[in-house]
Amino acid sequence: MIVKLSEIPRLDMHEWRGTCRHGRLAALTLWQGELLAVLVRPEGLVVRATRVEEEYPSLTPDLPSAQALERALFEEHGLRPVGHPWLKPLRRLRDGGQFYRVRGPQVHEVAVGPVHAGVIEPGHFRFQCNGEHVLHLEIALGYQHRGVERALVGGPSRRSIHYAETAAGDSSIAHATCYSELCEELAGVQASRRARAVRMVALELERLANHVGDLGALAGDVAFLPTASWCGRLRGAYLNLTAELCGNRFGRGLVRSGGVSVDLERIPALDTIRRDTQGAVEVLLANSWVRARFEDTGRLSLETARELGLVGPAARACGLPLDVRHELPQEDLPRPALCTAEGGDVMARALVRWQEVQASLDFLQQLELPSGELSREVGALAPAHLAVCLVEGWRGAVCHLAVTDDEGRFGRYQIVDPSMFNWPGLALAMRGQEISDFPLCNKSFNLSYCGHDL
Amino acid sequence: MLKILTERFRQGHRTLSDQAPPSLPSGYQGLPVLSSERCEEGCTSCAEVCPTGAVSPGPLLDLGACLFCGECARACPEGAISFGKDHRMAVRSRSDLVLTGQELKLAEALEARSRQLFGRSLKLRQVSAGGCNACEAEINVLSTVVFDLGRFGVQVVASPRHADGLIVTGPVSQNMREALLKTYQAVPEPRLVIAVGACATAGGPYRDHPEVESGVGGILPVDLFIPGCPPHPLTILDGLLRLLGRRGVG
Repeated sequence: MIVKLSEIPRLDMHEWRGTCRHGRLAALTLWQGELLAVLVRPEGLVVRATRVEEEYPSLTPDLPSAQALERALFEEHGLRPVGHPWLKPLRRLRDGGQFYRVRGPQVHEVAVGPVHAGVIEPGHFRFQCNGEHVLHLEIALGYQHRGVERALVGGPSRRSIHYAETAAGDSSIAHATCYSELCEELAGVQASRRARAVRMVALELERLANHVGDLGALAGDVAFLPTASWCGRLRGAYLNLTAELCGNRFGRGLVRSGGVSVDLERIPALDTIRRDTQGAVEVLLANSWVRARFEDTGRLSLETARELGLVGPAARACGLPLDVRHELPQEDLPRPALCTAEGGDVMARALVRWQEVQASLDFLQQLELPSGELSREVGALAPAHLAVCLVEGWRGAVCHLAVTDDEGRFGRYQIVDPSMFNWPGLALAMRGQEISDFPLCNKSFNLSYCGHDL
Repeated sequence: MLKILTERFRQGHRTLSDQAPPSLPSGYQGLPVLSSERCEEGCTSCAEVCPTGAVSPGPLLDLGACLFCGECARACPEGAISFGKDHRMAVRSRSDLVLTGQELKLAEALEARSRQLFGRSLKLRQVSAGGCNACEAEINVLSTVVFDLGRFGVQVVASPRHADGLIVTGPVSQNMREALLKTYQAVPEPRLVIAVGACATAGGPYRDHPEVESGVGGILPVDLFIPGCPPHPLTILDGLLRLLGRRGVG
C-alpha cells in the first residue's frame, strides 16, 4: 500500500483514537509531528494520522496491542504516551530494569537469562511464583538491539537488503520480500508474476523448515525423542531445498528489489520428504502421553489473543482467522489454505503448524510457475510518500513501513516483526501454569528475539 | 509402540559419514577465488558494491567481513573474483582471513597441551550476542542425527561452568556485552573462544554500528574464526575438527 504523505487522512486525537480500534493495528510511527497508525481492515490497509506535540493520551489502556509500539516511539523519539501502564524501555537496557513484583510470604522470583541453557538468542524472563505455580511472567528483551531501523534511515543503501535478511534470520525470505515489495511500491513497479511466485515458493519452504523444526522441538521438550530426531533432520532437508534454489540455506541473496536473483526451473520433488514428515508428525500427535502434555498447557483465550493483537499460528491456534496471505491476497497468484484450530493451547499451536505444513506442501505440489522476467528495474523512490507492506512469514505478519523524505530517501523505516505482538501472548499463556512447563510453552510460540529488538 | 518402531525403521539411518565427500547445494558460494592478475589498475567496481567494505581493489578480500552475497563477483568486469565450492574456511587468526590470492591458511590444531585437554572431549557453551538466529540454527543442526557432533566428542552444554569454551555468534550488541563477559569469566581456564559467522568475526551487516562491538575479537581473545553468513554446518564442523587436530593439513 502506498499513499502520498499529503493525502493521508488527518483526524483530531479523539477521532484518531477511535479509528485505531477498528481493524488490527499493524504499525505505529511518528513523522514530522504526526502520529501515523496503520490498520489492517477487511477492505485492506488504511493509514490515519493525527498531530501530536510531546505527549498524547496512550492507546494501550484501550488497545493493549499498541503497548510495545508506543514504548518504542517513546524510547526513540521521546513521544510520551500518557497513561501507558508500563512505560519501561523496550530495547535500551539500563540498570537491570524494573519488574512487576508480587509480594507475599510464599512468593518468590525466578530470573532466567539473558544467556539461556540452549542454543538460542538472549532475553530475560522474570517469573513471580508461588511454589511451582506461575502467578506472573514478565519478559524483558532488548539484548539483541543492533540499530536496524536507525541504520535504514537515509537508504536504500548497499546494506539495506542485508538488514532485512538478518532482521530475524530465520525469516530471511519474509523480511527480504517485505523490504523488496516496499521499494517496488515506492518506485512504482511490480515484480513479474514469475518472480513473485518464486518468492512464494521460498516463503513456503521457509515456513516448512521452521514449522517442522518446531514440531521436533516440541517433541524434544516432552522427551518424545523419535520425532525430535526425525524433525531435526527434516528441518535441514527443507533448508537444503531452499539452498538448492539459491545456494544459501536461509534463502539469502534470492529476493532482491525488482524480483529474484535466480530462476527456479521447476518446483522440487516433495513426495519423499512429505512422506517422511507425515510419518514423523503423525507418530507424535497420536501418542497419548504427548497429548496429555500438550493439551490444556499454556492456554490462551480467543478474546485475549484478539486484545493483544496476536498474529500468525499463535493467533490461528486460538481460532482467529488472521493470515496476510488471505487478508491481503495477491489476486493473480494462488495461495495455501487458511488453517485454524481451537483451544489456544500447546496442542492447538502444534496442530495449526501441522495443518500449515500440509497446506504449504499441497500449494507447492500444485503450483504451476507462471512465465515472466526474473527482475525488473527499480528506479528512484517517490519522495514524500508512505508505503506499507505485509508478508505472512512463518511466525505471522511481518510488516515494513517506510516514509520517504523530499529526496526520496527513507526518512523513517519501521519493521514490525510478528514477535512484537506475540511475546505478551507467551507471558499470559504462562499464568497459572507450572514453571516447568515454560520451555514447552515457549517452544510452542517460538518467537524472535532479534526481530523484536532490531 | 509398534508404530513408532515401524516408523523408526522407515526413517532410516541418516548420519553423514565423516569420510564421504561433502554434499553441498549446486549454487553454493564457498571460498572466494581471487585472480589478482586480472584486476584492472584503477578499477573500484568490487569495492563500490560491497555492503560491508570487505573487498578492496587488488582484489583484497576480508573473508571475516564477507557476507558471501556475491555482489563483487557480479560487479567485476574482469572476473577477478569468483566464489568456489570449497566449504573449508576456518582459521586461527583474524589476519589469516584477509585473502590476497594466496591459499587460505586453514586452522591449525591447538598446541599439544590444549589438545591433550580438549582433543577427545570438548564442551562448548553457546552465547548469541546480537545473532540473527541463522548462525545459531546452523550450530544447532550439528547436534542433529545428520551431523551427530557428539561422535567427535564435542558437545554444546547448558552451563559455562561445564564448558571448555564459548562459541559466540552475533556482532556483540552493547546490550549483551556484559552478559558475554560474565559468561566468559564463568568458564574455567584454560578456555577457548570460537567466533562463528560474519557478525561475530567483524560485525557482519552491523559493522561499525554504535549499538554493537563489530565482533567478539575486540573484547575476548578468539581461538577460531569461522566465516559465513551463516556458515554452512559443514564449515563449522570442519573448523571444530581442525582445531582438535582431527583433520589433516589442507
